[in-house]
Amino acid sequence: MTDTLAQHADSHLRKGEPLIEMTGIGKSYGAIRALRGINLRVNAGEVTCVLGDNGAGKSTLIKIMSGLHPHNEGSLKVDGKELTFASPREALDHGIATVYQDLAVVSLMEVWRNFFLGSELTAGRFPLAGMKIRDMKRIADEELRKMGIVVKDINQPIGTLSGGQRQCVAIARAVYFGARVLILDEPTAALGVKQSGVVLKYTAAARDAGLGVVFITHNPHHAYLVGDHFIILKLGGTVLDKNRSEVGLDELTTQMAGGDELTELSHELGR
Amino acid sequence: MTNVQTSPPSTAAPSEASNRVSLGLSNRLLARPEVGALVAAVLIFIFFLVSAPAFRSGESFFTVLYQSSTIGIVAVGVGMLMIGGEFDLSAGVITTTAGLVNSMLCWYVGMNLWVGAVVSLAFCLFIGFVNGFLVMRTGIPSFLITLGTFFVLQGANLGVTKLVTGSVSSTDISQIDGFSSLQKIFASSFKVGPVTVWITVIWWLLFVALAAWILQRTRTGNWIYAVGGNPDSARAVGVPLIRTKIGLFMTVSFLGWFVGMHTLYRFNTLQAGNGVGNEFLYIIAAVVGGTLLTGGYGNAIGVAIGAFIFGMTSLGIVYAGWDPNWFKAFLGVMLLLAVLVNLYVKRMSTARKVG
Repeated sequence: MTDTLAQHADSHLRKGEPLIEMTGIGKSYGAIRALRGINLRVNAGEVTCVLGDNGAGKSTLIKIMSGLHPHNEGSLKVDGKELTFASPREALDHGIATVYQDLAVVSLMEVWRNFFLGSELTAGRFPLAGMKIRDMKRIADEELRKMGIVVKDINQPIGTLSGGQRQCVAIARAVYFGARVLILDEPTAALGVKQSGVVLKYTAAARDAGLGVVFITHNPHHAYLVGDHFIILKLGGTVLDKNRSEVGLDELTTQMAGGDELTELSHELGR
Repeated sequence: MTNVQTSPPSTAAPSEASNRVSLGLSNRLLARPEVGALVAAVLIFIFFLVSAPAFRSGESFFTVLYQSSTIGIVAVGVGMLMIGGEFDLSAGVITTTAGLVNSMLCWYVGMNLWVGAVVSLAFCLFIGFVNGFLVMRTGIPSFLITLGTFFVLQGANLGVTKLVTGSVSSTDISQIDGFSSLQKIFASSFKVGPVTVWITVIWWLLFVALAAWILQRTRTGNWIYAVGGNPDSARAVGVPLIRTKIGLFMTVSFLGWFVGMHTLYRFNTLQAGNGVGNEFLYIIAAVVGGTLLTGGYGNAIGVAIGAFIFGMTSLGIVYAGWDPNWFKAFLGVMLLLAVLVNLYVKRMSTARKVG
């Protein structure tokens, strides 16, 4: 499956080159400050893991990077240029694709329609532009097959696939359409062990193909399997920001479980 | 976005069907939204053939088609809108609004009816735009927004007509310039042998064919299913959510205008209170035709069959010599049955088939 990824990944990507740089990013919804002072770099060929409990600000961070909500503090640089996204389309045009946990696909639509959604192949000009349905079906089938996802029928509603397969279709789609940065929002949260494995292998393959990957999760074990850099968020701020060489799985797990608070709590409960 | 592929499609796809299982015919048929409606239509048709002798002529069949077309034209738009996940309750009164704007403007100012028709079209599209814009901008359910426009239009229809003409019906416009040419387009009929064919039937079939093509084979159609099935994920992959939905509202008001023109040029005058209640007939036609109330599922052929069922029952009851007051009760039963069938079919077709 690495072949296909490498084949479609942007060949200008050089490992270690910064794709997204965020400095002092903050976001307020009315009087509520959901995020403050976040520094984050996404490098080509590396996986940046963002960990955090519920309500830590992970979703807000993704929404800023993927163009769903603009940030209102700090600066966001893509390829060295400072900008604010007005819509997900703009983020996509900069090669930033997001795969959401639940809303990765439209379940009632066929697999091939989902694969090409938003980037359909059309023939002719706008008012009479029919889709090249045969080509779309063929390409979707081939691409998925190459990536080891075999669907019985490319015309079946994607809701009939398993959760892991749906995630993989969404990732495959993002890569096929030239994503340079891949944001994965809790890709393993709703999956079993085996299915998670498939998604993690796929994440690693995308990294090896030179893409910058942002892996959002609350599972430190999954994060440590693929991550190069780790950031833990808590109540909208950063509590840990370390490279793989500086941090172990134990520290990640402890920090995720609550860190100092947990130690305090164990004293209080005194057993 | 127009991506012209340079390489010709390969004739033999590699490893075709090596581990692909094609689903059984019955399974694939069941997965189509219009199948339930088709079965119901055939049953109802046979039922009336048996019980109403007057139903058995070609003439009455085309009368049924005419009746179906007056509902079916707007219902196609409403069906597309519902696939896109929204409602329009103002679709019934807007037909009357369209006719009233045209007739009273031309009568009052004394200008060519063509100008009035164009002004009326612009006005209807504007209402559709306002519906869509308010729904998208505020996030309030379209049910409420269009309920509002429904009441505004209903009141304005009566109020303005009373102000202009002094009564609740518009004046006869058959002597004003442009009448005959407009009547040819919107409200003429021709004879095929003994059978009268109203032009709206032709228009209806054209609109259904166009809608079916758009929904199944164009990028816009793909977007309509996506914004109805899962708006967030559609937006996240770059589908222009707002533009698509506002476009759907404007399509409905365009088709409402079209039927309004038909009514006006067929009867020359309009009752300002007409059209109220039709919005539900459109919705029923769409739902009976297999459109999912929550969006993302359905098709144009199904909606057409739904409208045809409506036409058959409303006239079949008359042909059979029964009290037409029962019609609404019958319609209600049809709706309930359709909803149950849809639920069953949807469960069957989206059940997991892959391990």
